[in-house]
Amino acid sequence: MSRSLESDARLLYTGPDWDYRLVRKTFDAIERIAMGEMGLNPYPSQVEVISSEQMLDAYASMGMPLFYRHWSFGKHFARDEMLYRKGMTGLAYEIVINSNPCLCYIMEENTMTMQTLVMAHAAFGHSHFFRNNQLFKAWTDADSILDYLDFAKRYVSECEERYGADAVERVLDSAHALMSHGVHRYPRRTLNLKQEMERERERRRFQEQSFSDLWRTLPRRESDDGDDDPDLDARQHRLGLPEENLLYFLEKHAPRLAHWQREILRIVRVVAQYFYPQRQTKVMNEGCATAVHYAIMSRLHETGQITDGAFMEFLHAHTNVVFQPEFDDPRFSGINPYALGFGILQDLKRVCEDPTDEDRRWFPDIAGNGDALGTWKTAWAEYRDESFILQFLSPRMMREWRLFSVLDDADERDLIVDAIHDDSGYRELRRALAAQYDLARHEPDIQVVDVDLAGDRRLVLEHRVLDGRLLEERNTLMVLRHLANLWGYPVTLAEVDARDHHILHEYDDVEPDRVIA
Amino acid sequence: MVNIVDRRLNPKDKSLANRQRFIRRAKRQILDAVRDVSAKRKVTEVGQGEEAIRIPSDGLQEPSFRKASGTGVRRHLMPGNKEYRAGDTIPRPEGGGGRGAGGSPDGEGEDEFQFTVSRDEFLDLFFENLELPALARTQLSKIEQQGLQRAGYSVSGSPATLNLTRTMRNSLSRRLALHRPKRDEILDLDREIDRLERSGKEPERLRELIREREALTRRSRLIPYIDPIDLRYNRFVPTPRPISQAVMFCLMDVSGSMTEDMKDLAKRFFMLLYLFLERRYRHVDIVFIRHTHIAQEVDEETFFYSRETGGTLVSPALDEMKRVVRERYPPGEWNIYAAQASDGDNTPSDNPIAFRTMEEIILPLCRYFAYIEVGEERGWEAKTTLWEVYERLVAAGHPIAMRKVKQRADIFPVFRDLFTPAELRA
Repeated sequence: MSRSLESDARLLYTGPDWDYRLVRKTFDAIERIAMGEMGLNPYPSQVEVISSEQMLDAYASMGMPLFYRHWSFGKHFARDEMLYRKGMTGLAYEIVINSNPCLCYIMEENTMTMQTLVMAHAAFGHSHFFRNNQLFKAWTDADSILDYLDFAKRYVSECEERYGADAVERVLDSAHALMSHGVHRYPRRTLNLKQEMERERERRRFQEQSFSDLWRTLPRRESDDGDDDPDLDARQHRLGLPEENLLYFLEKHAPRLAHWQREILRIVRVVAQYFYPQRQTKVMNEGCATAVHYAIMSRLHETGQITDGAFMEFLHAHTNVVFQPEFDDPRFSGINPYALGFGILQDLKRVCEDPTDEDRRWFPDIAGNGDALGTWKTAWAEYRDESFILQFLSPRMMREWRLFSVLDDADERDLIVDAIHDDSGYRELRRALAAQYDLARHEPDIQVVDVDLAGDRRLVLEHRVLDGRLLEERNTLMVLRHLANLWGYPVTLAEVDARDHHILHEYDDVEPDRVIA
Repeated sequence: MVNIVDRRLNPKDKSLANRQRFIRRAKRQILDAVRDVSAKRKVTEVGQGEEAIRIPSDGLQEPSFRKASGTGVRRHLMPGNKEYRAGDTIPRPEGGGGRGAGGSPDGEGEDEFQFTVSRDEFLDLFFENLELPALARTQLSKIEQQGLQRAGYSVSGSPATLNLTRTMRNSLSRRLALHRPKRDEILDLDREIDRLERSGKEPERLRELIREREALTRRSRLIPYIDPIDLRYNRFVPTPRPISQAVMFCLMDVSGSMTEDMKDLAKRFFMLLYLFLERRYRHVDIVFIRHTHIAQEVDEETFFYSRETGGTLVSPALDEMKRVVRERYPPGEWNIYAAQASDGDNTPSDNPIAFRTMEEIILPLCRYFAYIEVGEERGWEAKTTLWEVYERLVAAGHPIAMRKVKQRADIFPVFRDLFTPAELRA
């Protein structure tokens, strides 16, 4: 009798309803486990309670709490809302923002168990990952991202007042089309968004101070472009070619853009860059958050802080999250990053604690080291999806998942199974799966290679084609039109085989269809 | 210490501005879709509630550089192998690609886009730039008076608005619920005490009665007869009281010469006009008058769906309209509009009468009179008798407009044409 009373006293909550006191108390209990026992190192958190409508709002603007205005966010909102209202999709349980403090949204409709799960998942799992992963450290500035977004929002709306909403919309449309090609893939310098805003102010001040209408009356030096640099190498050197960051190139070199248009390109580019690490670490990030919430919830249950019922409810939600349908299941839609990430981490834990001979052969460094948590933390800090899979996907996991690889050559009549989960296939499978998460392979490699400054100022781009995979034509033409509009002159794109430099396909002289000004 | 913030009270429609941008962007597509929807509705049902709109996605696509699906060499990693061995071949599934339903979240390859527009968004787009003619002549449109309207009860208010019935009802139920001693109980007790005191007998019982009386008195002091929580006041809210109201007369020729197709054209025109007036006025009435050689006010159902045959006379319809106006719609308070649809046939002897009725009675009543002549594509044009009559009215500068409509596609352009203000005409 006294025992059950004692254990009841340890319960954080009973029943499904939540209130602030319970949320706070539970957060503290999670924190004791996450930081005290597991030694995680997340950002400080801010838990925000929102309604489902607000979740829809947040969804529609790339999950950001504040953002500049654009019709495409409205479009996404309109569609999400429709799907949600008709019951065709549910909403995510959580959204978490990579910022310091880390913003973690919880929905009012959730039960207390779901709130617990979400806080463990987002405020500790994701947040630890954001704070410690190398890519995020190198590329994102969690301290000032919210300030920067606020600046971006205000800047865009000021531009709308000054230059008209339509003019701004045109620039944003074009910039969005190039957004996935607006990132530097290799770090140049650590991004500091505060400096970024300062620099914008500085640039504008300089421009306003140094503006003199007199300069307009000077005769132009027409010959300047061609004669000085007849030589391709010198020109390429001056323009920093080849350049894979198309937005960056346009921002720096597009001849006809006004200052504010360049600044908008810059904003879109900074945002794209901010999201770039997230796109490269989907499996790891979700894997980390899922493994963390699983460990924390299990621990809460073990220590009698949540009821059996709550734990069952959690397991139900958790199983849905890490469910991986097989390829012939109608629900199959590719590999579920939550399932893959969580699976690898759980398997890694087994390798550390209870290795087989096979594991010792495959993972000599870590097999049986007895420090699963430490191994996880190193992985979370140092890897991204591609290298993570290449390093840690074990034969046992491949067998459990019954993974196989299918070669799809568009020139062949049939598909070929080229590797399965057997001795001869493990390395092949692992390489292939890792390659699927290599953005550099996944996304077309498009670069600015030359500009015909002497002639018609045509911009020359090259798509270096891997494995014969050409661009989708209709979309490509539309993007090139946007590119030409920003550049102000025609644009040409050649698709070139990356190995033998044969030209496979060309988009010739796509003209701008309107002058951006 | 974690910071927990309640954001639920933050403004909800953070996406509203983006949504408006999107709607503006998709205007043309939405207009087409809206027109399709409205073609299938009853006159008085159109524009009620929200419309689920399915629009093609041209112009709403967000392109990006993507690799085409049907080229080159790809590998697909999949879980759940059952019988395949390395080297097996699999016939290519229909529709290319070895994957299942791998729809990208970005909606790659989406052809159509479905969403819901609210009624207001719908009507705003529909009637953008359209205006009622002859508004300058009246100062009535959109002017509103504030009036007060009863709206239930409130717990606070001025003494003048105290609602006695409610207050007393609350007071009574509270007293019953809390067992406030009744006045009669205390009086009975008093009488008993009085009797005992005088008689001097049963001192024990007397003390008990006095204690009981004290308890009851205390109780009735604690539970007052009327408590502030009983009070109820009549609540009034200011409501715009429209003084701008409009009535539309739909005059339709249903004589034998009008085919179902012609009636359908007429119906769609009336529908637009009705929607439009409803948008511009707080209160719109609609009167259906059909006529052959006799005319009669009918309900919508009869107006559109009953079959009637007979000869054609226009003037009885005008007389009927005059009657309805006289009985129900004093022109000083109502903006009167009329739309007449006919195939243009009229008995020749009626033409002079119709002309006179129009000029002397109907047109002076009306803000605007729209005549549409429905007909079939014949390849040759001859002016109908009614057309000639009305042309003379137009020439005389009366507020009447006339157009011909031959197929459904003509209706919206004609409608826009009739109601686009002169300064916006291209």
